[in-house]
Amino acid sequence: MLTISRSLYDKIVAHARADHPDEACGVIAGPAGSDRPERFIAMMNAERSPTFYRFDSAEQFRVWREMDDKDEEPVVIYHSHTATEAYPSRTDISYASEPQAHYVLVSTRDEDTTEFRSFRITDGVVTEEPVTVVE
Amino acid sequence: MAIEVRIPTILRTYTDGAKQVEGTGSTLGELLTDLEQRHGGLRDRLIDNGGGLRRFVNVYLNDEDVRFLSGLDTPVKDGDTVTVLPAVAGGAL
Repeated sequence: MLTISRSLYDKIVAHARADHPDEACGVIAGPAGSDRPERFIAMMNAERSPTFYRFDSAEQFRVWREMDDKDEEPVVIYHSHTATEAYPSRTDISYASEPQAHYVLVSTRDEDTTEFRSFRITDGVVTEEPVTVVE
Repeated sequence: MAIEVRIPTILRTYTDGAKQVEGTGSTLGELLTDLEQRHGGLRDRLIDNGGGLRRFVNVYLNDEDVRFLSGLDTPVKDGDTVTVLPAVAGGAL
């Protein structure tokens, strides 16, 4: 189950819409072990592609080091699909490397509705989970 | 001579859960070979069959991605910190 504030939910969706048709990506950090997403960090998509994303390696280093210094971890790793469904693809699954993270997928394929779904991905297995948005 | 190597969560199965280990070597390649002695299987997660660094793993010497230095030939020395981070990537396909 992913529990996330309305404000953070809206920030993810806004980022995805702003970068459409390129995939948007980012992290929400939270205190290590808490499972609470708190700090929104939009990341650059170094691929700048409508079908692929990758965190810029220097930016990822800075963000991961900062999380470590603050005793945080990536609670949510999000990215958008701009023409396909909000479900992890083969590459999403093979590159998922933070076992404790909630992988949020947003789809901006439709102009009027945004799909927002959350998944756990561990050892190549995808499990969808419910999303609770807290006002 | 010790070089600190910071290990991401997903590779800590090779280090008995340790988030940091130490090693020696005068290049990154030598350091990884040294680590393999005590943490069998770790090197394989970082280096592919062709002997190069795997594409979707980021390795940094202090705060620089070694891709922009000399890859596995990057010189390392006592007091350096090597950080490994799996790339965060994916996409529609």
